[in-house]
Amino acid sequence: MTTTARKLLGVGLGIAVAGVLIGLYIANYLVGNTPSFRATPVAAKQREVSLTIQTVAAVGPQLAPNHPDWVSYLVRRQNGSWERSTVYTVPANALVHVTIYNFDGASGLRNPFLGQPRGLVGREVVDGKPVTVMPPDQPSHTFAIPQLGVLVPVAPVGDDAKNQCGYAPCSMSMAHRTVTFTFRTGKKGHYRWQCFVPCAAGFEYGFGGAMQTVGYMDGYINVV
Amino acid sequence: MTSAAATSDSAAERSLGRTFLVLWLAISAVATPLVAVFVGRLIPPGNGSEQATSQVFDNQVLMAVSTPIFVFVVLFIVFAAFAFSNRTGEVVEGAPLRGNMRIQVLWMVVTTATVLFMAVFGTIELVGDGAGGGQGPTAAFVPSGSKDALDVQVIGQQWEFTYRYPSAGGVETPRLELPANTLVRFHVTSLDAVHSFWAYELGVKADANPGTDNVVYVRTKGPLTIHVRCAELCGLWHGYMFDTGAVVPKAAFATWLQRQRTMYGPVMRYLPKYAPSYVPDPQLRAG
Repeated sequence: MTTTARKLLGVGLGIAVAGVLIGLYIANYLVGNTPSFRATPVAAKQREVSLTIQTVAAVGPQLAPNHPDWVSYLVRRQNGSWERSTVYTVPANALVHVTIYNFDGASGLRNPFLGQPRGLVGREVVDGKPVTVMPPDQPSHTFAIPQLGVLVPVAPVGDDAKNQCGYAPCSMSMAHRTVTFTFRTGKKGHYRWQCFVPCAAGFEYGFGGAMQTVGYMDGYINVV
Repeated sequence: MTSAAATSDSAAERSLGRTFLVLWLAISAVATPLVAVFVGRLIPPGNGSEQATSQVFDNQVLMAVSTPIFVFVVLFIVFAAFAFSNRTGEVVEGAPLRGNMRIQVLWMVVTTATVLFMAVFGTIELVGDGAGGGQGPTAAFVPSGSKDALDVQVIGQQWEFTYRYPSAGGVETPRLELPANTLVRFHVTSLDAVHSFWAYELGVKADANPGTDNVVYVRTKGPLTIHVRCAELCGLWHGYMFDTGAVVPKAAFATWLQRQRTMYGPVMRYLPKYAPSYVPDPQLRAG
């Protein structure tokens, strides 16, 4: 092999290695900072699972040392502990029963249309009461899977509520709202879910930081 | 070089030139209609609307213009490799390069005419109906019958398109549905970042800018499925910002629209009055 050929090979290999490293970095950024969580099967029921999640105004240094002040979703493991994961695995053609404990206050929607729940089996229920539509200044967050047509506005903790949670982990004795709903998964696939409320403070239009990072206010639904 | 040798070289060059010209004309005469008719019509976006059909025609014309040029370049490379190769291996001086005024003038005339033709052709195609592109708040290229066009507002937001139908009380829906054989006037806008509304089968692509009403005209044809995508990098879920819509018969569209009014009736009281664009106030935390 000539010197020129060796140089060309070296440059080619260098570019290939750099490309792979950049790809790994991007992949890690998108999914690597959050573990996957498998939804809990509902006892004695075929193709029904449950998912219990919470939203917090600040995730805290214990769960996110790099971004302790970021708003975030958390998921409850079977042992009762809370984990910062937004990648959920659920079965195909199944019912998913979701409970959201919201410890955050109101942020409001830029588009009021997103205040009406859609794509659910049955109704969205907040603190035991069914919800038809939420005024645009109310939602604290939303849980939305656009490709499945699912959208759920999450009711806020009142500004004057006592014993509000500063940052996660939040105790169930602290002020919160309980949101429950059910949706049906379709065929197998890889879907994304997101919050539509511009709830990330300090960024342009509230859609930076936590809203642009999987593991906080966005994630994936793996339908398997 | 003797006078006889020079005359001989000149005759040989003319012969080569004639051979090349004949080959080029023959291949172009066969390839141009074949490429224009069979390859050109395979280029997107298809025939989902009059604008899309027009774009396919534009692509066919461009293919027809560019095929002889492509043939010329490739043929010249191949022809030169055979006609001017030195098979003896002997190192000799190449043929002298001389100017040829007739060829130079012909070259300038042909290339100028080609470029001018494409400029005029493209302008005519654009002026007719806007060619499915965004025209800003005041459309300059308006198709006939525009006063009866169906207005549909496209609202981009991170990361979903929603649609409002002012003719149905401003009802907003997460799905795009249109009546067949109808002139539609899209009003494309955004609530946050810059998006781009790309309705592939309709041949429509228009930027969605916050605070701006970007008008697009399109005349639908028969029923079909539409794939809508965002075509402007707009954040984390840009790659997931897509959905499907449909062009349906007019009666089915009327039924669908009525169903949307019922389904999304509860939220309509919270929607802002229909406007060409919206600049939502910063909410409690955002802004």
